[in-house]
Amino acid sequence: MTDLTSLTLAEARDGLAKGEFTSVELTGACLAAMEARKDLNAFIVTCPEIALDRAEASDARRAKGEALGPMDGAPVAIKDLFCTEGVQTTAASKILQGFKPQYESTVSARLKAGGAVMLGKTNLDEFAMGSANITSAYGNVVSPWQAEDDAAPLVPGGSSGGSAAAVAARMCLAATGTDTGGSIRQPAAFTGIVGLKPTYGRCSRWGIVAFASSLDQAGPMTRSVRDAAIMLGQMAGFDAKDSTSANVALPDFEKALTGDIRGLKVGVPKEYRPIGLATEIAALWDQGITWLKDAGAEVVEISLPHTDKALATYYIIAPAEASSNLARYDGVRYGLRVENGGNLDEMYMKTRAAGFGKEVKRRILIGTYVLSAGYYDAYYLKAQKVRALIANDFREAFKQVDVILTPTAPSDPFPIEGGAKVDPITMYLNDVFTVPASLAGLPALSLPGGLSQRGLPLGLQLIGRPFDEETVLRAAQAMEAAAGFTAVPTLLREGK
Amino acid sequence: MSLDKATVRKIGFLARLEIPEEDLEGLAHELNGILGWVEQLQQVNTEGVAPLASVSETRLYWRDDVVTDGAMPEKVLANAPDGLDGYFLVPKVVE
Repeated sequence: MTDLTSLTLAEARDGLAKGEFTSVELTGACLAAMEARKDLNAFIVTCPEIALDRAEASDARRAKGEALGPMDGAPVAIKDLFCTEGVQTTAASKILQGFKPQYESTVSARLKAGGAVMLGKTNLDEFAMGSANITSAYGNVVSPWQAEDDAAPLVPGGSSGGSAAAVAARMCLAATGTDTGGSIRQPAAFTGIVGLKPTYGRCSRWGIVAFASSLDQAGPMTRSVRDAAIMLGQMAGFDAKDSTSANVALPDFEKALTGDIRGLKVGVPKEYRPIGLATEIAALWDQGITWLKDAGAEVVEISLPHTDKALATYYIIAPAEASSNLARYDGVRYGLRVENGGNLDEMYMKTRAAGFGKEVKRRILIGTYVLSAGYYDAYYLKAQKVRALIANDFREAFKQVDVILTPTAPSDPFPIEGGAKVDPITMYLNDVFTVPASLAGLPALSLPGGLSQRGLPLGLQLIGRPFDEETVLRAAQAMEAAAGFTAVPTLLREGK
Repeated sequence: MSLDKATVRKIGFLARLEIPEEDLEGLAHELNGILGWVEQLQQVNTEGVAPLASVSETRLYWRDDVVTDGAMPEKVLANAPDGLDGYFLVPKVVE
């Protein structure tokens, strides 16, 4: 029998339907892989009992001919930013240690309603703030990949680093991620998997621990483009509980995968080729262009003139929204409380000082400052205006093209040790190619394009028009076919 | 502009974050680095540009004015560090 943990969602769906294996077998295989790969620290909480219960229920439904949908019985991991009823949800922060939500997030509820099996909650950067998964209060995640010439442990990217590592290391068939400035796409690129950030409003944010509410969006992290299409269909949809949830038709995303991109107009933004872009990243990008042309697409150069200001814009807007969102962690309603006989303000201050990590505090302080009296106009309002210009750049570009191709990240994965030492701004630069689409609220997908000279995965990003995930997915599938990326993480190879 | 220790202390209070005296200097340095970097936005001409608060183009919709949720005090209080008789407890506020 093939290794069950290596199946794609589509293969598992078909195998379950044919009765080749059961959800209990599939789930058991994933739980065993999670146990064997504990050293990667991909999960904060595992829930084997819940998983096996749901797997049994799925098998029982199927036996009665009542299977629910394409993910019924599929074992998946949930980023520990989604509230899950009765299962600890921490956002990788000490301040939420022991927090057991009394409700289920809309996205995880939809997956559950579709029969998906939850294996556990994956590690992340604290409150999803980071690009290396080194700010988690529960320890860093280790990538299942290693460089050919160096066994130093590498970062899986972030913030959805636990989800990325779990999918890449075959501990689950797929996982949920969330993306505020690149937190699905960059870890997907770093671990050689597919990650899709849908259009803002496509997936409900209800029940997801909020970071920056005008940017946060949930999406699938999978081992194939088809799987991303399947899983997005199970996660997305209008939700009255999120006022920014879009009441638009939910297409059958898998049907969009026609394999035919003849005549598709693909834009290549010249501003994404800054001086000093790593040679191998530029080469991969050129390779991607060739694949699209060979498949019949028409590639044109476009201009997104405000690209170089996107990162600074993001690092005003996201911390500002975060400082406001994270005000709720006050030691009163849930989570940590530190008290030593002082007054209410002292309780707040001590609780938050003890509960938040360094990067989170840094962003709360920046956010508080840029929103404070006297500085609001100079920083926050200015950033919102530049954001409007960035969004407009894309609007103009999409008059000319159907989809935009860029690299996902400016480098291949870096060592954990080095990541802990770099200054904040150098770390922020990881998101230079992903942040613009976030600011504009556009759907964007990262797919593995090839390996770097050191044998590590590199990703390519496709950005689409609002609510046109279908074109993004169709183009991605054509590229996936051309790339033929079959490399598996170092730790999964023979003799490892 | 440059943040000094006193300003960092003040922001810390606004954000209700206790900052130990010995950390103020280092934080001021870090925050100044970030603020100096985002200063580049001042180069962008934004005259006549309306600020973008949300990319969501869908209009907020009206719903029926009915209760959709509630009557679950025990669930609301389930994770409270301290509570009594259906209330959250906090340190004494009024002397």
